[in-house]
Amino acid sequence: MTGEALTTALTQALLTGLTTGAIYALVGLGFCIIHNSVGIVNFTQVDFVTVGGFLMYSFFIAVGCLFIGTPGGWAWPGLPFKIEPLPPVPWWLKIVALALAVVAVTLVGAAVERFFIRPARSKQVIVLIFITIGVSILLRGIFEVVWGKTPVRMPAFTPGNLKLMGAAYTIQDIWVLGVTLVSIGALHYFFQRTLTGKAMRAAAVNPRAASLAGISVNRMVMLSFALAGILGGLAGMLITPISSLNYTIGVMIGLKGFAGAVLGGYGSFIGAIVGGVLLGVLERVPTMIDVVVSFLFGADPKLADYKEVVAFVVLVLVLFVRPSGILGRGEVQRV
Amino acid sequence: MSALVRNYFILTAFALGLIVVPLVLPNPEYNLSNINRAGLVAIVCIGLNLLLGFAGQISLGHAAFYGMGAYFSGMLTAPHLGIGLDPWLAMVIGMAGTALFAWVIGIPTLKLHGNYLVMATLGFNIVIIEVIKAWAATGQEDGLGGIPELSLFGLTFDNEVARFYLIFFFVVAAILISINLVNSRVGRALRAVHGSEVAAASLGVNVSRYKVKVFVLSAVLASLAGSLHAHMIMPTPGDFDIFHSVDLVMIVLIGGMGSVWGTLIGAILLTMLPHWLGVIQAYKHFFYGLVLVVILIYLPQGLFVGPVDAWRRRRAKAGGAS
Repeated sequence: MTGEALTTALTQALLTGLTTGAIYALVGLGFCIIHNSVGIVNFTQVDFVTVGGFLMYSFFIAVGCLFIGTPGGWAWPGLPFKIEPLPPVPWWLKIVALALAVVAVTLVGAAVERFFIRPARSKQVIVLIFITIGVSILLRGIFEVVWGKTPVRMPAFTPGNLKLMGAAYTIQDIWVLGVTLVSIGALHYFFQRTLTGKAMRAAAVNPRAASLAGISVNRMVMLSFALAGILGGLAGMLITPISSLNYTIGVMIGLKGFAGAVLGGYGSFIGAIVGGVLLGVLERVPTMIDVVVSFLFGADPKLADYKEVVAFVVLVLVLFVRPSGILGRGEVQRV
Repeated sequence: MSALVRNYFILTAFALGLIVVPLVLPNPEYNLSNINRAGLVAIVCIGLNLLLGFAGQISLGHAAFYGMGAYFSGMLTAPHLGIGLDPWLAMVIGMAGTALFAWVIGIPTLKLHGNYLVMATLGFNIVIIEVIKAWAATGQEDGLGGIPELSLFGLTFDNEVARFYLIFFFVVAAILISINLVNSRVGRALRAVHGSEVAAASLGVNVSRYKVKVFVLSAVLASLAGSLHAHMIMPTPGDFDIFHSVDLVMIVLIGGMGSVWGTLIGAILLTMLPHWLGVIQAYKHFFYGLVLVVILIYLPQGLFVGPVDAWRRRRAKAGGAS
């Protein structure tokens, strides 16, 4: 391996890490919003990722941007896709499909709160967490019936790629970074500048005082689930063309988003972003070590086989050593 | 009649009832294999109930302890791996190894609370499963084959009837340990920890030591069940993943935290539920999730604890009036 190939491989690992990191950041933000409003880890966040990707896939098919002629997929229940190739469609139809998927995933998020969290008789943290786990199992059942178990695949939103120091950077990666940045900006604007955003923060800080001021706390909690749905859903939509998607893939991406949020400082928005991106890059460290070691010694230690463990080793270590994460305020206990 | 004496009474009746089950059950080989599975799960859940119901500490990692027991037993006894220990000795080594591991990770883990505790235990479960998947000696995703059957005094546990008696012997033992512990000094200390850690500590209860001890005990029970599992069903990493940990906690929650008998019934019901749903196999997860969610929303104390308490209160009221 030449020195040039080494820099290319390292740059590639770093860029890939950045893209996955952006995905984790989106998911982690969703975890944080619900943590701040209800005080629980919402396990359905991992399903928002899956449902976002799946709905986008189906809407792409529905508007004619994606053609599934082979087995491995039927997009809607009872509708086998045996249609002949469709005529070329205008580019804005993809935007329409994406927008429809965002609206749908928002409704899914709100529905989880309205039908499962709000009616809960017990507000104990353990019970609420396990309700979200139960909903996750239920949604898994729906996914299996509607979209099947084999991962759905689809092409990039826009084909093509750029070269950066010899490493390939696809337009899809730029989509990921762009949408993540826009979402963060929009979220910041929403929470700092709009009345609803401020009301949500008030309801999170002190629900009773907020309701005395005329804020409907229930509605704010529902809104936080809707927002978390959008963030998770966007993550799922952006990652589907890159990694394909099924229930298990969604669960892993979702839990890694959580690990990223903990690394950054659970409950802090900036923490979720920093931690998510950092985790995405950390996950590429075994690959980078492989590359460097085979460059120096000519033998591949195959550490990349353990890539899936990195996020969870980081999660456990952070919780053991510094549960408040890099930027967090820590686990405050009231006696 | 004190609660302890009543529990001994029920346990004796339960043990006697168990003896006749294989004799009266139709099609025993088939039906018993499901019941045996439920028995293994019950051993884990009885331990988990001590942790969750009495000490108030949640763990989403107990499937990993179950798996550690299975892989300890499997790897120490399978002839092709070249160690070939006696299965009973391997079982004890597995329990000791799992206990040591649980103790080491329990100390930092049990300092955490609520959400953090859930996620830390979940995280280490994923780590263990991924290591099993990546380690060639475990047979990886295909599972660890070639594990010998258990045998005792010339009797080999290679049929479901023999296995039934073996598994439920351990179920009864686990219940006995559980009800004795709950009614002891340790049990009272654990309940104090559950009620309020601060209050318990101020009364001289060494909170973290008790939490770690009960965590280790529950891990040992899980490891025991895992060892039995390995000698009866070929272990694969998928049997011990986080979804299985979720099932275990769900059983304790649905059965009713803090109720040994509720846990036992919960273990049997929830293990059999997917089999009963077998006719509508495609919708299995949907209905399973729906049942869990509806119970958690409307009966947060579990299927048994809430209704039984209400019934006792009503009976007490009626008794007071007469």
